[in-house]
Amino acid sequence: MNRREGQGETGAGQAGTGVLTRTSPGGQTDEPVEPRQSRWQRLLAARNFRRAVGCLVGFVVLAVMLGPEGSATAPLSGITGSLWSPRVLIFIGLGLAAWAIMTAQSRYGASIRQATKRVTSAPRRLVPDQRARYGLYIAAIAFAVIVPMHISSYWQGVLVEQIGIYVLLALGLNVVVGFAGLLDLGYVAFYAIGAYTAAYWSGALPVHPPITLSMFWIIPFAILSAMLAGVILGTPTLRLRGGYLAIVTLGFGEIIEIVATNLGGFTGGAQGALGIPHFRFNILGLHYFWGISQLPYYYLLLGFVVISMFAFWLLDNSRVGRVWAAIREDEVAAESSGINVLKYKVMAFAIGASTAGFAGLLTASQISYINPGDFTVQVSILVLVLVIFGGMGSIWGAVIGAALIEYFQWFLQVHPLFGYQPQDLYMYLGALLVVMMIFRPEGIVPSRRRKREIGLAEHGVGTADALSESYGQAV
Amino acid sequence: MCFTQNFWSLFIGGLANGCLYALIAIGYTLVYGVLRLINFAHSEVFMAGGFAGYFILEGMVGSRQPQGLSEVGFALLGILGGALAGGVVAFFLERVAYRPLRRRHAPRLAFLISAIGASYFLFNLAGKEFGRDAVEVPVTFTGTLFTIFGAQVQSYYVLIAVSAITMFAFLDRVVALTKLGRGIRAVAEDAETASLMGVNIDRVISQAFVLGGLLGGAAGFLFGISAGVVYTMGFTPALKAFTAAVLGGIGNIRGAVLGGLTLGVAENLPSACVGASWRDVVAFGILVLVLLFRPTGLLGERLGRSA
Repeated sequence: MNRREGQGETGAGQAGTGVLTRTSPGGQTDEPVEPRQSRWQRLLAARNFRRAVGCLVGFVVLAVMLGPEGSATAPLSGITGSLWSPRVLIFIGLGLAAWAIMTAQSRYGASIRQATKRVTSAPRRLVPDQRARYGLYIAAIAFAVIVPMHISSYWQGVLVEQIGIYVLLALGLNVVVGFAGLLDLGYVAFYAIGAYTAAYWSGALPVHPPITLSMFWIIPFAILSAMLAGVILGTPTLRLRGGYLAIVTLGFGEIIEIVATNLGGFTGGAQGALGIPHFRFNILGLHYFWGISQLPYYYLLLGFVVISMFAFWLLDNSRVGRVWAAIREDEVAAESSGINVLKYKVMAFAIGASTAGFAGLLTASQISYINPGDFTVQVSILVLVLVIFGGMGSIWGAVIGAALIEYFQWFLQVHPLFGYQPQDLYMYLGALLVVMMIFRPEGIVPSRRRKREIGLAEHGVGTADALSESYGQAV
Repeated sequence: MCFTQNFWSLFIGGLANGCLYALIAIGYTLVYGVLRLINFAHSEVFMAGGFAGYFILEGMVGSRQPQGLSEVGFALLGILGGALAGGVVAFFLERVAYRPLRRRHAPRLAFLISAIGASYFLFNLAGKEFGRDAVEVPVTFTGTLFTIFGAQVQSYYVLIAVSAITMFAFLDRVVALTKLGRGIRAVAEDAETASLMGVNIDRVISQAFVLGGLLGGAAGFLFGISAGVVYTMGFTPALKAFTAAVLGGIGNIRGAVLGGLTLGVAENLPSACVGASWRDVVAFGILVLVLLFRPTGLLGERLGRSA
């Protein structure tokens, strides 16, 4: 099939006009040249004007987001409270400033970029070769090992229960969303399956296992059952076009909570499962017990995070990683080259699922208590935000994105700046997703290959995802 | 079977729910028709309709309970208000979460993610601004109107059925006869050719969003009459409506109606056996089964020939 035709089939907007106006990749002409416009249309279509309106509206919305709460009896009180005059003027001022910066950037962007490049390339000059980069990695690990010893127990708790677990979850979802280009919104289901498997084999559920196992022995069970669930759910749905996968997984993530709540005889119902044991080992007289203190768990998690980062790095640079890249960039071409696309998609899905299952086991053991309320669909969305923010397909991106967002979330919980309220977290995260997709779809620590793919897809070359919808009715 | 003894009341209740699913499903189908994308934020269009209807009635009626004909009048007002709010939200949704990406020809993963972000933003914003507890709409429609096969038909069901059928008929004619409908069908058939023939694709996409938003918003108010209005109300009905759209054949408007009614009944009957808390699980099972065995839906995907 002709590539341009494929793009047109998607109906992704003005495919037709896009061909006419996008003269060359990287060309400056963004504006559709349309004949016979009225003056108003010209004004509205002018990129600058649109940007100004966008900035102002964006910052007024931000004013409302950061403003006081309303209620059902006084629905407009929150909005009017946010928009009292001096306050809204501040935000309008900020909006104008943002507009000015963006305008300057688009006008003088090239020279600014050249100037900043000298600064930003400094670290790269400092670490010119691979060996120096390994040094940097070792320094990062040393930092991660030493610093937690010297922080308060609150932050140690956050480091384990929030940052560590979510870094692991983000690493796993990054395989699905970043490496394979699929969208999994039911990631929490596998997290739950891992946690409930841990509870089952440790004897914390109403149904008892044939033998009660220690936590280290349960790891393979948790990983395998989550992986199995991934294969069972993925095999039928990954055949279909990608949007369907997203919605089926979303539904699966939703019902896993319902099932866990309603299958009381099996899962302990809404009360959950209590008394899941901590990790311990006892080999050849050497024994260690991970108690309720956070630091030992932190190092356990750190070890697992480093191992999975390394494993996923190997995976990404292996044959499998190259197949995923091929599928992302052009699924039809990959399939024509004899690649079993379904198999590799299921593989990515199952690897992501098993990572989540493993994270579920860790959480269950560390908190030693789980209930269905821990596994809402929101968790999936949070992990998705971490991956997108960090950078799809970038391992360091997933780690840094997860660490940053989780850190800020818990920092703001203690120091509520700008009127931040914890219950509004998902409002900010949702807005962040939209803003990232508009301005920086490749994330803050982009994977170089992924960034180029997105750029190419925007110029009509390839797809940059594995949703297999660009080819008409590929049911 | 366990549902045989009150089969008809389950059936009628299912049909009423099905009408609501169908109204929402049409929004998915219209957007899918022109964009080939699932609009993940459609649930929030529905929620906006619920809140708008509630605020209008709350402002006009207050706490006293309207009776008889005035109740019907207020309900119509609520439906209208809900529809308008749904349309407005859908319009801005397309402007903010879709259009900037379309201008850039972003990969479709980006569209899905941006829509999910918009959805989470919108419903949590509603929670912040309008409170997080469910509120009750001041019209109730609880009385029994008549009995059919021994099943009591509440006036609420009649309200849903009448308003939904009116809207189906209206939409069907709009898509079949008007210039707007012709534009939507043309873009659904082949966006590139349509643009070469002088169809303003941007405008058509916007119109498809608004049209779907009108129906979704109205459904939001109708749903709120019985279930109450709360900021998270959109999620489950929208997921089921998507199931309905797939069941009928996505992109196909009549399919969406048929799929909605079928799903409403199909999820209601088994729930009499396994308990109402499993109803969502049944609906999800239906989605998976449809995707497995007939991904093109009951009526098939007739994109572009949707009327």
